[in-house]
Amino acid sequence: MTIIPFLILFPFIVAVLMYCIRVNKVRNAIAYISAVIVMCGTFWLVAQWLLGGAKPVTISYSTALADHAIFAAEIALMCVVTILSFKYKKYWISALCIFRTLMIMYVELYAPVKEDIAKIYVDHLSILLCLIAGIIGALIVIYAVGYMHGYHHHHTGIEDRRYYFFMLLFLFLGAMFGFVLSESLLWIDFFWELTSVCSFLLIGYTRETAAINNSFRALWMNLLGGTALAIGIFYYAYKDGDLALHHLVAQGVLHDKYAIIPVALIAFAALTKAAQLPFSTWLIGAMVAPTPSSALLHSATMVKAGIYVLFRLAPAMMGTTTGTMIAFVGGFTFFVTSVMAIAQSDGKKVLAFSTISNLGLMVACAGMGRPETIWAGVFLMIFHAISKSLLFQDVGATENCLHSRDIEDMHGLLYILPRLAMFMFIGIAGMFLAPFGMLIAKWSAFRASVDSGNIIMVFFIAFGSATTSFYWTKWMGKLVSHTHLTEQKIKDITKKNEVISLSIHAVLMVALCALFPLLSRIYVDPLLDEMYGTAGTVLPQSILYLLVVIILFIFIVPFLAYRYSRKQHYNRKLSYMNGVNVGDNKNFVDSFGEEKNLWLSNYYFYKFIGQRKLMVPAQMFTLAVLIIMMIMVIGGAVA
Amino acid sequence: MNMIVRIILYIVLAPIVGGLLEGIDRKISARMQRRVGPPILQPFYDVKKLFKKQVIIVSRSQTFALIPYLFLMILTGSMFFAGMDILMCFFVMSTAATALYFAAMVTSSPYATIGANRELIQMMSYEPAVLLTCVGFYLAEGTFNVSEIAASGRTDLLFMPGFFVAFVFILTIKMRKSPFDTSTSHHAHQELVKGLTTEMGARNLAIFQVTEWYETVFLMGVVGLYLINSNPMSIIGAIICILVVYFLEILIDNSSARMKWEDMLRITWIFTLFTAGVNLLVLMLIRL
Repeated sequence: MTIIPFLILFPFIVAVLMYCIRVNKVRNAIAYISAVIVMCGTFWLVAQWLLGGAKPVTISYSTALADHAIFAAEIALMCVVTILSFKYKKYWISALCIFRTLMIMYVELYAPVKEDIAKIYVDHLSILLCLIAGIIGALIVIYAVGYMHGYHHHHTGIEDRRYYFFMLLFLFLGAMFGFVLSESLLWIDFFWELTSVCSFLLIGYTRETAAINNSFRALWMNLLGGTALAIGIFYYAYKDGDLALHHLVAQGVLHDKYAIIPVALIAFAALTKAAQLPFSTWLIGAMVAPTPSSALLHSATMVKAGIYVLFRLAPAMMGTTTGTMIAFVGGFTFFVTSVMAIAQSDGKKVLAFSTISNLGLMVACAGMGRPETIWAGVFLMIFHAISKSLLFQDVGATENCLHSRDIEDMHGLLYILPRLAMFMFIGIAGMFLAPFGMLIAKWSAFRASVDSGNIIMVFFIAFGSATTSFYWTKWMGKLVSHTHLTEQKIKDITKKNEVISLSIHAVLMVALCALFPLLSRIYVDPLLDEMYGTAGTVLPQSILYLLVVIILFIFIVPFLAYRYSRKQHYNRKLSYMNGVNVGDNKNFVDSFGEEKNLWLSNYYFYKFIGQRKLMVPAQMFTLAVLIIMMIMVIGGAVA
Repeated sequence: MNMIVRIILYIVLAPIVGGLLEGIDRKISARMQRRVGPPILQPFYDVKKLFKKQVIIVSRSQTFALIPYLFLMILTGSMFFAGMDILMCFFVMSTAATALYFAAMVTSSPYATIGANRELIQMMSYEPAVLLTCVGFYLAEGTFNVSEIAASGRTDLLFMPGFFVAFVFILTIKMRKSPFDTSTSHHAHQELVKGLTTEMGARNLAIFQVTEWYETVFLMGVVGLYLINSNPMSIIGAIICILVVYFLEILIDNSSARMKWEDMLRITWIFTLFTAGVNLLVLMLIRL
């Protein structure tokens, strides 16, 4: 499978090209073509792998050259971080980076490690992640070309460094492919580090004070996770001598005492990557970056990488203290961040909080580690990736037209920017309404947590889904309300390539909703089979039939309703305002007898449940839980 | 076959039963207030008249949102009486409730919008109790399947009294009874006018009304599920239980004043946590 090195290396080569070419038109063209090539490459990989029987494939190339290259790149990454840390006077962050890089280098040079470790591993899970990164990542690149054009058109104060931006996007894609396809822990560590640094640079793209501060916050949190990962690898290299991820998981399943600590440390690292409490603030801070990078960071790659690692480790975590810790932190994050999302009116912030919240649910699924929960988690991941990517791009496009991404300003968006509002509607519906897959996944997670006797998870999900529905529904309500905004013509200036990307996402969303049972049978069940060695369907047949009925309903009823409301003869009147209307639905006469504009607003409760109020206590609490549980795990393993 | 018959029976009978229940409700409420009250068939007369009236609307899209509300609610009830997954029933019900919310929001009328926002808060208040009720059935019977729950030898009420109390508590919200009638009430002379339904008239209001009947019958079906077991005689017990619960709701409605939504949310969540939560713990322990 020569396509694998190609998939990993090609984006890196494109990244160099992006940096070198300073003519916008040429660069854009290359970006388009490369995005399509990446997408085709992904399909090619999938096709090859399917033709090979869709079995797990381990590949070890003669990798001396690759190992040297990675070694050099690791030093380069360390230098970049160190130089930037010194430049912005965040010295201690560089210490963190140097420490972990030295440790990894020491392992590479001196640790008693077996030579013939497999380097690449392809199975259902890594193919899934490749598809997410390949398709959604490439779509985001296509979208970004148009978006960044508009972005620099409006933000004239920001230096146009698009060559740098696209370089980072492609680096990111390459790192992501490398990450999910690697089997060697050393390689995983390198690509992990690369995604951290890329996200750090992307967040700081605008070089504004807030951007720089947030980027360093993202950096140190991810480096902390990276350090935990490095310690885990170091420990495992010395105790076991094998550095293959699957070997570690297999040892973990057998409760080998040398595997307990690495599993716990790597799981901890994944928590930071997946922006779980107490490390959630970096993801919220990342919202200052231009939209494509937040979409890429959120939906396609970065955060899913954390989830990917946890899914890999899930069999080893089932029923262990580490698993309990991960499940608890995930469940708690799911609930608390969904509460905090209610208090946000900035569209992108809501998306950020809901991302953290949904990731929390996936993390909890991984922590429980049962086949049913992984089933639910995989579906959460698929649907979340698509609908979040759709929503991020859509909010970005809306912001370019509306010059605001505040949900309150989206009142009546359906009548102002109908196309973008429809996309937004589909994206939000996909996040929580029947019959979209998120809901089924939630159903399954719910049942599995009852089955595993995890009472706390049951509560988290019961209360968390109530709050989740609340913030989504009120956003949708804003979109459909008849506008009360003063008449101002707003033009839809969304570029064609943005619309292409959005449409593909929306079609994927609806198609997946219909193909959901099929996907479960032909893809996710074999995935579980690989992980747990037990075949068996999670989804009962009766539920499948039900789904078909509900899907039919959802598509037929609005059609009927449309026909019906078309035919209706009606008499249109003003809305009821106690008789103080002034001729339209947008104004009324106030108590001074003057005309006043009507302004309708949603509930936000920010005084009670705002980020300021809840974030620090929640962080403290989870930090305490993490510290105590980590001590228990490590102490238990050492003793 | 049996399943289809039950679905048809639900679709045909639910509006009749629901309307009758409302008629009785009005009559009893009137007697509690020392009034004579309307005839028991009054709700049907009302709906009939609403269908005949001229359609006056603020926004055309309202009908477009209300019809899914009706159909999704029928689907919910049909799924329940056909004996399918109870958790799915409630998921579809919450989608139906979302459609109602849209029907109120599209108008951009101030009173309807306030009502709609409060309806959302109500949904947030009752959803945990609803989900936990499903978990309760699952723990007591080992299945979410309604027909299997109904056909088992156990009387679930004995195993899940806490869940039952929590469910009856949120029924007050769901049936728009005082003290939790914050989104719309049966009386139009109050601070939020008619809230959610302020801008619904004629046929639209009739659709809303009929949907509420379907909903009531579905919810009462869930109450009955607590008592039904493999013994056919248990149906009588279930009906008595439903009537008692319904009377209790009327009594609460007539003896309490409307609460602020903040208090509603807080009290409902705490109450759910204590009744359903404790019951859940006990059931889990028995099961382990």
